[in-house]
Parts: sequence; C-alpha cells; structure tokens
Amino acid sequence: MCTYQTHKIKISGSGKARKGWISLSEATVYVDHPVHMQQDHSVNIDFIDPAQGPSARVAVELSEEAALALADAIRDAIASAPPGLAAAAGAAARS
Amino acid sequence: MTDALRAETVTIKGHDNDEIEAYLARPLDGGPRGGVVVIHHMPGYDESTKEMVRKFAAHGYAALCPNLYSREAPGADPDDAAATVRAAGGVPDERLVGDVDGAARHLNSLQGANGKIGVIGHCSGGRQTFLAACSLQIDAAVDCYGAFVVNEPPSGMPASMKPILGLASQLSCPLLGLFGAEDGFPAPEETAKLSAELDRLGKEHEFHTYDGAGHAFFAVDRPAYRPEAAVDGWGKIFDFFGHTLSA
Repeated sequence: MCTYQTHKIKISGSGKARKGWISLSEATVYVDHPVHMQQDHSVNIDFIDPAQGPSARVAVELSEEAALALADAIRDAIASAPPGLAAAAGAAARS
Repeated sequence: MTDALRAETVTIKGHDNDEIEAYLARPLDGGPRGGVVVIHHMPGYDESTKEMVRKFAAHGYAALCPNLYSREAPGADPDDAAATVRAAGGVPDERLVGDVDGAARHLNSLQGANGKIGVIGHCSGGRQTFLAACSLQIDAAVDCYGAFVVNEPPSGMPASMKPILGLASQLSCPLLGLFGAEDGFPAPEETAKLSAELDRLGKEHEFHTYDGAGHAFFAVDRPAYRPEAAVDGWGKIFDFFGHTLSA
C-alpha cells in the first residue's frame, strides 16, 4: 500500500547529496514503498532542504529492525558523549 | 503496417493550462488508434512507468504519462520529485483531474487519434483513475489496486486523501479492476463493496482478484511482482482496451 503518511521535523545539520555537502533544514520519515531496497515496504528517511530544490536530499531506506536499531544507536551515542556536546549552535552551553 | 514506435518527453497543457512534462509513446503507422493516459504511481514518473507507456505503444496505442510532479520538481529525478511532493502533502485531486484531462486532449490532438481515451493507474494511480473516470468523459478505465476509493484511510493521511465512492454514479465508462487477494489496501472486502455499488448503479465493470498476489503485483522491479497475475492482467488490459478503445 501507499501509506501517504509522512512525519516531518525541522532539523539543523548537513548531509552529503549528489552535488556534495549541503545544509539540511527538514527530515521526513515514512513507511512506504522503497525506490531501491528490495522489500515491499521500508522505513524511509529523507534529509532535505526544500529551499535548495528537490535534489537537495539525502535519502535512506531501511528495514524496521534497522531503523529502530539506528534510533537506539543515535540515543546511545548521544548519551555516551558529554551532555550538549552536539546540541544545535546556541542551544546549550558547552562544557 | 509497422511495429516501429517513437517515445519521447513532451510538454502538454495540464490543469489550469499549466505547462507540464509528459512522456509520450506512439506507433509510427498512421492509425487510427485509441489513446491511453497512464497515471504514474506515487513513487513517481519513473523508469518502470515509462516502460508501461512504451508497452501500450507497442500494442498499437498512443500512450501518454503526465508527470504529476512537474510543478513542484521540474527536471528532478523521479525519486527526489516524489519525496518533494510527498512532503508537501501530495497531489490535489482537482489538479490530477485537470492533468488527466490535458493528457487526454493532447492524445486526441495527435495524428491518427480515433477519439477514444482509456486511463490506467496503479496503486495511488488506481484511485486517481477512478477519480478521473468519474470526473471526465472517457471511454475506458483500468484501476490496478487503488486503495481508499471506498474505505477511509488511516488517521494522519493528508486531508486531500478521502474516499470517492460517492462519485460512482458519475462513472463515465466501463471499469476494469485488477486486484490482489493478499492486498490489505485495497483489501478484497473494499473492492467487493465497490463492485456492489457499481452493480447497484448499473455501471459496467469487470473485477479480477488474483490469488497469491498482493499489492503492486505488476511491478517487475519489486519483490511484490507476481508473474502469473501480471501476465494474465496484461492480457485482460489489452482485451479490455481492444473493445473499448476501437473506433
């Protein structure tokens, strides 16, 4: 099925797209058909910057297990670093 | 008689007379021939959809697939375009109808056109095919596993994605429906409700539900591909267009 459902968040960061490194302003997460992964459905994450056009996109297609493991790994990595070390610029005091 | 065909990107007038990109394939013989509008699936105006367009031309039709994402993502890769339109909430129904109408008008303007128009779509394009067939005067429609024609979508879907069973009384042409018995969206219960409503309204339709097939069984580049269902389905499509699109 096409789910049509898309979870969108604002982000700050950078990613490497086709034309090289770009600034990113949003991420979308959705469970739907992949373009490349050989599964009927996948967890798709797009890191994008709409202001730079459709090609300003870093995309991944993951299995559910991989996506959840990734989410855990992200939390673990942040928890094991000094608090606020990678916080958005100006969002937290650096120690 | 020749089996030569020409396939190319063209510009057509879509909804609101917007200029949009489209992929056209047609035989090089003189006609007369019917036209087929191919509505691409949600992943976009991609290589597999263009293959379908050429397949219709190889079978004697002029076929045209409007790029529904032309406005938001001109010139972008199909996957980038699809992601952009998805993030923006999808294609509005009204615009879809206008783009299909523009594609039909373009097909009918081509040399050799016999004035008959069929529309076909898969997945989201299946629902959009039903929408177009209930909104425009056309001659044949093929809905391949379009969901949310009858049932409400799960919460969280874009507001534009709503059931359209209420339009069934306006269906302007015979409808061929090809579905998978293992599909959840649309599940066989949903397509059965659609069939019952079309029976009630006296609307000509022919539905086939394939055992052992789920959603997207026509998609040759996906694991959902089911050759037996797809090969039989293509046969039914060409039989159907053979008698609905002949002059």
